[in-house]
Amino acid sequence: MDARDTPEQAELRRTARQLARELRPRTVVELDDAVRRKRLGGAVRDAGWLELRHDGGEGAPLAGGVEAAIIADALGESVADVPFAGPVLAADLARRAGASAAGGAVVGFARDLLGPERVTGATTGAAIYAVDCEGESPTTVYVLCPEAGGFRLAQVQVVGGGDGARGGTDLTRAIRTIPAGAPVRDVREATRLVTRADLDAWAALGLALTTADLIGVMRGALDLSVAYAKERKQYGVAIGSFQAVQHLLAEARCLLEGAFSVSLNASWSVDELASGEAQMAGRVAKAYAARAARTVCETAVQVHGGMGNTWDCLVHVYLRRALLSTQWFGDDGEQLRRLQQTRLGAA
Amino acid sequence: MDLRDSPAEAEFRARFRTWLAANNPGLPVSSTDDEYWARQAEWHTALYDAGFFGLSWPKRFGGQELPTVFDVILDDELTAAGAPPRPSLGYLVQGIGTHGSEAIQQRFLPGLISGRDRWCQGFSEPDAGSDLAALRTTATRDGDEYVIHGHKIWTSYSDVADWCILLARTDPDVPKHKGLSAFAVPMRQPGIEQRPLRMINGITTEFGQVLFDGARVAAENMIGAPGEGWRVAMTIVSHEREPGELGYVARYAKMVAELEQAVRADPDAFRSDQREAVAWAHVQAEMLRLHVCRRLSERLDHIDHGPGGSIDKLLMTWVEQAVGAAALAVSGTSAVADADDLGLKVYLYSRAQSVMGGTSQIQKNIIATRILGLPTS
Repeated sequence: MDARDTPEQAELRRTARQLARELRPRTVVELDDAVRRKRLGGAVRDAGWLELRHDGGEGAPLAGGVEAAIIADALGESVADVPFAGPVLAADLARRAGASAAGGAVVGFARDLLGPERVTGATTGAAIYAVDCEGESPTTVYVLCPEAGGFRLAQVQVVGGGDGARGGTDLTRAIRTIPAGAPVRDVREATRLVTRADLDAWAALGLALTTADLIGVMRGALDLSVAYAKERKQYGVAIGSFQAVQHLLAEARCLLEGAFSVSLNASWSVDELASGEAQMAGRVAKAYAARAARTVCETAVQVHGGMGNTWDCLVHVYLRRALLSTQWFGDDGEQLRRLQQTRLGAA
Repeated sequence: MDLRDSPAEAEFRARFRTWLAANNPGLPVSSTDDEYWARQAEWHTALYDAGFFGLSWPKRFGGQELPTVFDVILDDELTAAGAPPRPSLGYLVQGIGTHGSEAIQQRFLPGLISGRDRWCQGFSEPDAGSDLAALRTTATRDGDEYVIHGHKIWTSYSDVADWCILLARTDPDVPKHKGLSAFAVPMRQPGIEQRPLRMINGITTEFGQVLFDGARVAAENMIGAPGEGWRVAMTIVSHEREPGELGYVARYAKMVAELEQAVRADPDAFRSDQREAVAWAHVQAEMLRLHVCRRLSERLDHIDHGPGGSIDKLLMTWVEQAVGAAALAVSGTSAVADADDLGLKVYLYSRAQSVMGGTSQIQKNIIATRILGLPTS
């Protein structure tokens, strides 16, 4: 029993944080810097991080949930505006269907963002959400078609650009809305049905990655706020010397530490425990991290005072990212509801 | 990272589980019943005699010299069996082990660890709470002894203690932090008066006041050098803030398991907000279990967190108070109709957690200035 990073995991954590910090948006204005964004996207692709959940042989992924969570955490910390969890989850789902994900593919989520949209006809019945996709290029969006004994992987093709490509609340990751009636096509390489256990294990990965993103977001927002509290002067002294401000930041630090500890179990469980148990570990972690992240990001806005409520201050970028990661695979209320069902026998 | 048992850990787990099945004393929750404290000493010696206590401590003092993470297994299994938590005295072992001479360690650690000797901790005073260094109890040198005068409070289990680790002023002429020394004071002697305290949930055997009026302690019982008392106290309180040292994971998990059982018996009898409070208590208790697992794993690298204990203390406080809130929610109206309601007692006791071992406000001051590096005002 050892919750420490292996030397390789520690190295990956260092590398990922460094890369994300170098190429992150440092200001709200820099979100529009297409050159920087392209370099960031290229660096993430070149590092091989989007392929972590591709088939590494005999159906097992190239890298584990822990490694994927390490990257998600590093990207969250720097509010890195590059797709990661979206394509990684698509690759994981495709692998479970025996297919190799198309480049830039993401999953088409049902309206509740809890899982892949299920489609019964030749076209989609309701609007679906492509979460964390490339904004400008054509995109493959996976959906599931129910069959006896499981789900068949299918796809919707979306032409790029022009339809609110960088839409959504999170300014660093896109949600594209695909209207009902989009034609659904087979994924030819899919050789297996995705089972219910597959979907549980896949959801465990989704819970682990959104939780890890929240951990990173919390750390980034807190670092920004602590630095600001040391600089910003009122009454002739740094506001960070006031106990009222100190206590807000101290609480935020505790929430971050607790959330990080509980998140490790979620990411480790993805490949090491049975799908049901892994999902429960993910639900516990997500419930804690979602509540923690909300508080930490709100604290960050508060510590930045009036400027923290303006568009040009970076803190709302963290808050917005936390809102998406919270809803994606279910917020704290949703996780607690599911925990009640499993542990308390509630309806 | 690997949260699975190694072969040695699995063997230990199986052995402990077997022992526990035959030796679980089935005590009530510590914070709600005086019976727990009456029988806690037996539980301590039973665990120790079977080789299941003091796992990571040196063999020469009666420990097992096992890696720190074995305590995680102990907590897991105690939880699963609904058994009482392991005794909370790791912080005293840390204090004596860090500051005591070899002679002091050899004399006191074996009895402390085995449970043969009972210990209490005389730090706080009526006028020295958060401002501990303002304490006024004096120890005045008289030949080979010191003579003690003063009034201690919140001295847990003082009435059954053989020894007290006492913080007293030995030099009134230097700044307040520098004039303190720590002693191992024998408690069974004239000049010591015990006054138990009745807490808001009715329990009487945990906390006491102790009045020292001419009690004596041999000079050789000083722990650390003269004037080192503040540092001894800080070592002890920083570890007292660590749930991994206290074994509280099993305590909270046991309380949550009992609440879950109560709801599962008839889920429809509870509103969704009552059930959510229990689910949230489970999330909190799980967080603490995993946090302790992380901290004890970090100790494999000999990382000592120092002020990080304040983070752990706040996390632990939030867990205890979430469990207390869930207990109150589940009790519903019986918490007001029946003064002996168990949920009520758990709730009332949980309020002390944000005060004992250093208030939450003190912890936040420490985190802000020593961890976040914010300026002091």
